[in-house]
Amino acid sequence: MSSSPAELRRAPAPSGVAAVETTGLGKRFGRTWALRGIDLEIPAGEAVALLGPNGSGKSTLLRILATAARPTLGDVRVFGFPSRTDGDAIRRRVGLLSDRPPLYDELTALENLRFAGAMYALTVSDEALRAVLARVGLAQAAEARVRTFSQGMTQRLSLARAMLQGPDLVLLDEPYNALDAAGLRLVDEFLAGLKAAGRTVILATHHIAKGLAWCDRVIALGAGRIGFDGPTARFAAQASDAAGAWA
Amino acid sequence: MAIERLGKLAGLVALPALAGGLYLGLVWAPPDAMMGDVQRIMYVHFPSWIATGLAYLTAFVCSLLYLVRRTPRLDYLAHAGVEVGVLFNATGLITGSIWGRPTWGVWWTWDPRLTTTAIMLVMFAGYLIVRAFIEDPDARARVAALVGIVGFVNVPIVYMSVRWWRTLHQVQSSPSTVHPDMVVALRVMMVTFALLACYLMTRRYELARLEGEAERAEAAPHG
Amino acid sequence: MPAEWRRAWAVAGKDLLTERRAKAAFNAMAFFAGLVLLTFGVALGPDAPAGDAGRGTLLQELAPGLLWVTILFAGVLAVDRSFQVELERGGMEGLRLYPGDRKAVYLGKLIANVSVMLLMEVLVLPFAGVLYSLDLWTRLPGLAVVAALATLGFAAMGTFYAALTANLRARQVLLPLLMFPVLIPVILAAVKATGLVLHGDPMDELASWVKLLGAADVLFLTVCTLAFEYVIEE
Repeated sequence: MSSSPAELRRAPAPSGVAAVETTGLGKRFGRTWALRGIDLEIPAGEAVALLGPNGSGKSTLLRILATAARPTLGDVRVFGFPSRTDGDAIRRRVGLLSDRPPLYDELTALENLRFAGAMYALTVSDEALRAVLARVGLAQAAEARVRTFSQGMTQRLSLARAMLQGPDLVLLDEPYNALDAAGLRLVDEFLAGLKAAGRTVILATHHIAKGLAWCDRVIALGAGRIGFDGPTARFAAQASDAAGAWA
Repeated sequence: MAIERLGKLAGLVALPALAGGLYLGLVWAPPDAMMGDVQRIMYVHFPSWIATGLAYLTAFVCSLLYLVRRTPRLDYLAHAGVEVGVLFNATGLITGSIWGRPTWGVWWTWDPRLTTTAIMLVMFAGYLIVRAFIEDPDARARVAALVGIVGFVNVPIVYMSVRWWRTLHQVQSSPSTVHPDMVVALRVMMVTFALLACYLMTRRYELARLEGEAERAEAAPHG
Repeated sequence: MPAEWRRAWAVAGKDLLTERRAKAAFNAMAFFAGLVLLTFGVALGPDAPAGDAGRGTLLQELAPGLLWVTILFAGVLAVDRSFQVELERGGMEGLRLYPGDRKAVYLGKLIANVSVMLLMEVLVLPFAGVLYSLDLWTRLPGLAVVAALATLGFAAMGTFYAALTANLRARQVLLPLLMFPVLIPVILAAVKATGLVLHGDPMDELASWVKLLGAADVLFLTVCTLAFEYVIEE
């Protein structure tokens, strides 16, 4: 999934600019604050593991960065583009793999990708899309309706869709979910490829081991606030210290 | 709070003005040549429309501004505007109906203006109902603003269509000659109702603001 | 902007493809419309004479009104479904995530909804013609124009409100509650115009009603297209 036509047409982001910059970010849903006081700066090309228990706000943060949700408070900039005014520029550069992927049950895998391609304003031939499906191990299922897919297959298709426009910032929300051994290897390969290509990756996962293995930096969320933000090595050391205290 | 003080001022003027205006309309002004004392209901009926229009217009403008600025206060004021508007809208319809009964013998005629205002009432009552079904204050404000804007913008075409619908068949009934004293009383009542609308809107706004702030404060995290 | 048109067509195409494959929904709608017309026929009685002597039976006189109310109710089902399909998985969020102007999404959904409603009318109108003994065939051009304009108006507002209420709890009550008052000009004009097409237009009023439909369509399309990006956000 290297240089796609989409990248060539995109206006270049201002150079030397952080991939993600948030100041005082807060998001409220009804009576609860999912995120509060989030100050982050993620330079381009970094791989960040976003850790935290359920309900800590990981998914919400990723969705806000993808501009699928509006922050209640604070500012968000992605590659220098403010989310309130330049949302479109952000959406051209971001790919989000979420737990509820935008797939349509009555369409086939190929048709779903065709739709995504049209929505991303890409000119991709069917052969290219089939190649993409082959990359995620769904070559045989290209003409099958998503309604018949297993969770693992849906996850693979979702990954293919999220990567279709060759985004600079890749947001993965529990990418290892529902995948078998082959699927897990697939995601690992993707991550390797993304890092090699210098993309910025934020990986939200319960799979702490995987997160620590792939990422240079760890951000841990607790009840909507940042509990830890630093290099993986330090996190691992602190975690083992804590574990040691309980032993 | 400037808006709340202005509101109280409006109220201070409106309430005695209401008393004065009612005296002028119900006692001082002469009865209508043809309809007699029944016609005096117009001193409440017509001014209701001034108040309705003012309130709905406030709601419309605040809704537009809310979508751009997203300040909760604009939502509170829009909500207040619709509620007060619905109140005066209903008053206008009821007084219109009461006036119609002895005049034309029926509780309801499909008079274009009456019909349009009935449709307006349904539209803005819909606004209030939709609000009741959304718990998240930000989503509620946004959805309500959109409902309010689209509803308001459609009023002219609703009026046009209903008027063509009714007047291609029958002639519009028009009010008879108006005595100058009646005009005085009517004008006083119109200004009074406008002030009354402002007063009620600011009170309702204050209530909405207090409720909204309490709602948002509940959500504030510890520390 | 070819990219935006492409997006609109992509959305419309996807919706129509989905609709065609999940036939159940369309069949239910068309069947519902037919059933309503049948019920009206039973309720009003095929032998009751019209109030206006030249109009044949009561059913024939009221046919325009019955027809358009039926189409309106079935139309609510159509527009509602067009966004429910997005909620089965993360479709709604997808519509927020894709780049480009959200107006394209509105237009795409609109095209799909107009198509579905027109298809339903093509089935329902002849059925009404048979049931109520209406002479539709000779009036086809006039009927087609009125139906096209009215359907566009219904779909414009319907698509907008369906998107707005898609996530709400009492959506099945709220959607008609919001749609109906705003659609009154369209219903009025459609019923009047249809009546004139079917029963004759001695005072040359048809043009005014068609113009009203056109004006309503323009107003609805303008307002809804402009406001749609606020509808779809979260």
